Amino acid sequence: MDLYDKDVVSIRDFTKDQIEGILDLSEKMVPYALGDKTERTLDGKILGNLFFEPSTRTKLSFESAAYRLGCDVIDVSEMSMTSISKGETLADTIKMVDAYCDLIVLRHPYEGSARLAAKFSINPVINAGDGAGSHPTQTLLDLFTMREAKGTLDGLNIVLVGDLKYGRTVHSLAEALTMFGAKITLVAPESLQMPDDTVSLLEEKGCRPVKTAILEDVIDQADVLYITRIQRERFPDPAEYDKVAGTYRIDNAILREAKSDMIVMHPLPRVGEIAPEVDGTQHARYFKQAFNGVPVRMALLNAILGGELRWRTSTRSRRSRFLPSGTGPSSTTSNAARP
Amino acid sequence: MKILGVNEYNIDSCISIGIHVQSGKGDAWKDIIKIEDRELDGDTVDKIALIAPDATISIIRDYYVAEKYTVKLDDHVIGLARCSNPNCITNKGEPVSPEFTVVCRKPTQLRCRYCDRILVDISNNLL
Repeated sequence: MDLYDKDVVSIRDFTKDQIEGILDLSEKMVPYALGDKTERTLDGKILGNLFFEPSTRTKLSFESAAYRLGCDVIDVSEMSMTSISKGETLADTIKMVDAYCDLIVLRHPYEGSARLAAKFSINPVINAGDGAGSHPTQTLLDLFTMREAKGTLDGLNIVLVGDLKYGRTVHSLAEALTMFGAKITLVAPESLQMPDDTVSLLEEKGCRPVKTAILEDVIDQADVLYITRIQRERFPDPAEYDKVAGTYRIDNAILREAKSDMIVMHPLPRVGEIAPEVDGTQHARYFKQAFNGVPVRMALLNAILGGELRWRTSTRSRRSRFLPSGTGPSSTTSNAARP
Repeated sequence: MKILGVNEYNIDSCISIGIHVQSGKGDAWKDIIKIEDRELDGDTVDKIALIAPDATISIIRDYYVAEKYTVKLDDHVIGLARCSNPNCITNKGEPVSPEFTVVCRKPTQLRCRYCDRILVDISNNLL
């Protein structure tokens, strides 16, 4: 897995081997992400965290990942605080920030902005979400969460639910899953189904996704149920949003139809898609998924910036704070601490 | 005619248009645009290739066919069409030319190298 100095714009920038390499490295990063061990492989490096759209998890987990590895962070959180509000092009902003840091992480409302940033930046660029386009690091942490829970990614039955049209996480994720022979079911109202060009990309890779609007028809077959928020901010017409808001809700009643080891994932934030009563069940993985953003982004930063890990022996161990004891394979994350 | 940039104010030569003309090759039919006193530059030929990938260009000098070739669509198309996705960064005043990768030749399908969307309605998005 040689990712040194590479841009991460789309999940398509990775081979299957590279993805597996990142997931393996992410596993080793878990005790460092938890603070059980410390490592400063990126001491002296500076990360430019440019977030021109709201973000909680992605921004904070990139910052946490950087600090855990000794990397400093400079950041922008609002477009109004930059010269873009004065009419500066993104290209000029990127050229300027590029001079201040060693790697740029960019979230931006326009699709293709990360590709543009990569074109104008000498240092590597990581796409942290470009409009309704790609979100490759979310995809990597989603894959990591699935592999952690299921032990493998090969041949899983994945049900994607909710906003499959505007939800960028599901586009990248579905593409990545095709590399692992996943069976994909797309559950959404017709107006929010996955765009045809994304479906045709999946089909080009040999996947034949099944489309339906009725979750109850397919939940019993799922190994992973991945539900997304219907994003009000992506709808040009608020009336269209009102028509579909609240279409799907996961609660304990519907989970009775699911396999006992089926996991529920959500990129968060949730707005009513998952009832709080689900949080305490063996199905809930979404907070663990959010935590996994740290080790996965640590792995990426380390690989791209060329950090050298020395893999110190553990000084203390801490049981995963996200799962009740003994609930599934991910409770064995102590394996990740092996040198 | 849009690709050729021809309108009633900027041309003095004769333009002839033939629709559904028998080609002379078996039962085949073709459409023809004949424009006098003009040889097409590379960009114009490339745009024709985008919307008519099987088109043939004949250049006639002194009553004889001096050159004849079929247009060819490159694997990458740069600066000939705008992305049909209004939210694509290439439509936001940035200093870049739209770039596309040809993903299908029959029918022609182009995928934006920036936003990854398939270009919808090529002829109406030509630059």
